[in-house]
Amino acid sequence: MSGGPVAFCGLELAHPILNGSGTYDALAALEVFGPGLLERFPFAAFVSKTITLEPRAGNPPPRLYEAPAGLINSIGLPNKGLHGYLEEDLPRLAALPVPLITNVMGSTVAEVAALVEAASARAEVAAIELNVSCPNVRTGLDLGADPHELAGLVADLRPRTAKPLIVKLTPNTADVARVAQAAEAAGADAVSLINTLRAFAPHPDGSGAPWLGGGSGGMSGPAVRAVALAQVAAVARRVSIPIVGMGGVCSGRDAKRFLDAGARLVAVGTESFRDPAAGLRIRRELEEILAKSGVLTA
Amino acid sequence: MLRVAARRELGAYVVIVAPDPEGPAPEPGQFYMLAAGERWGGGEDERPHLPRALSVLRAGADGLEFLLDDVGPGTARLCELRPGDPLWVAGPFGRGFRVGGDERAVLLCGGGVGAAPLALLQDRLRQAGRAQRALLGFRDGEHARGADLLHGARVATDDGSAGHHGPVTELLAAELAAEPQALVCACGPPAMLEAVRALCAARGARAQLALEAGMACGFGACFGCVVPVRGGGYLRVCVDGPVVDGELLETCLAPA
Repeated sequence: MSGGPVAFCGLELAHPILNGSGTYDALAALEVFGPGLLERFPFAAFVSKTITLEPRAGNPPPRLYEAPAGLINSIGLPNKGLHGYLEEDLPRLAALPVPLITNVMGSTVAEVAALVEAASARAEVAAIELNVSCPNVRTGLDLGADPHELAGLVADLRPRTAKPLIVKLTPNTADVARVAQAAEAAGADAVSLINTLRAFAPHPDGSGAPWLGGGSGGMSGPAVRAVALAQVAAVARRVSIPIVGMGGVCSGRDAKRFLDAGARLVAVGTESFRDPAAGLRIRRELEEILAKSGVLTA
Repeated sequence: MLRVAARRELGAYVVIVAPDPEGPAPEPGQFYMLAAGERWGGGEDERPHLPRALSVLRAGADGLEFLLDDVGPGTARLCELRPGDPLWVAGPFGRGFRVGGDERAVLLCGGGVGAAPLALLQDRLRQAGRAQRALLGFRDGEHARGADLLHGARVATDDGSAGHHGPVTELLAAELAAEPQALVCACGPPAMLEAVRALCAARGARAQLALEAGMACGFGACFGCVVPVRGGGYLRVCVDGPVVDGELLETCLAPA
């Protein structure tokens, strides 16, 4: 374990801290904070928001609900679609000083296959992450909730790309470790977890109606950290591929706990909303903790 | 981390001042994300967790000033801050008012804490010698003390306890009748902004509206603070706003 360089699926990353998909818009951040951001980019790899085949506007507002020690969101995966991402965003993201991981989602195997092939064909893309927290429109089952569904998807995708395939697991399933095993057996290079926990945000008017425009939402932040640690540890006992651990990471101490639970990398999500420089701080704190505990850091 | 240097009460409102000598100077209408440096969390419903977006009221030699109205666990905690207490801020963020290259009179129209960004804007307009008038609406006389933040503001209250009895948009309608070419710069709650937007659209007057939305980050990361735009799709209040041209919007009201 180290707070310095780390190998991940053939990539050499400067340190183990990256962003969770959908929690940091590097292009917006470059506009807001200026090109100086490139010298102090908070992450060792940049994970894109989820890209879908067609553009999506996202869910109607309200999209956010502040929960006890966390956040419930129903953003609805707004994105420019595959073409817009490849043509407009990817060339600009290539200016970032770190490898790019493109996160994709589709509601059929054919859709995901098209996304993976198109992303894989681009030199700027270092790895592909699959968002499988999406219902299969044919079966109605969440692609990532069922081991057989997921194994079928990953087995279909595996021969389509030589780039690392990371499966972002959903926590909304009975046995996440079994799903992770199925992903590994079907050829996944890594798994990342947890995605948000399904959550309900009641309208403040007391009517019992949902507050969020999208109906239900996904919970993140410190409130989910203990659940995330348990799931990462459960997955680590059952797979040998590397794990990207995340869920309520706010400090270097939290990051260390995910490494201790078996994660190779640790992603920061909601904490970047609270502090745009959270990734830098968490990395620094992690290095200090590991140095104190006698672990050599590069 | 900044430190609160001063705190004063202004009727129902609280103004806090925090020196930020290293920070960039904000433009009128820009905002900051604020959180108490200590005990942020553990309030009602174990909130707040996220920082709160606040337009900057003034920014001068004394530091950044913010106008607070205690409306929930986040603003309640910020209102408790005393001189010497740590204050976390990030900003300035967003696009402010754009009034340059133009000689038309400016009508500043605010509702409640929406007076805040108009104070800094009025300072700039006065420095530039530009004609302007301030019209501010409040729910009652206690809140109407907020009008002291601007120079020569005409006041309207919902309960008639100070100034004009009725919505501030009635004052705006009269001013626009006298000065139809004026540029309207407005900030306030959604219903008031919608009344301003609709009035300006009907009169063919240009309006710049400073929007408010629940926000997790303030810098374009979370995609949570969206409002629908005319013709479909959404804009992010934090990076596309908070000040937007009224023409971009179908309505300032939340979808039913």
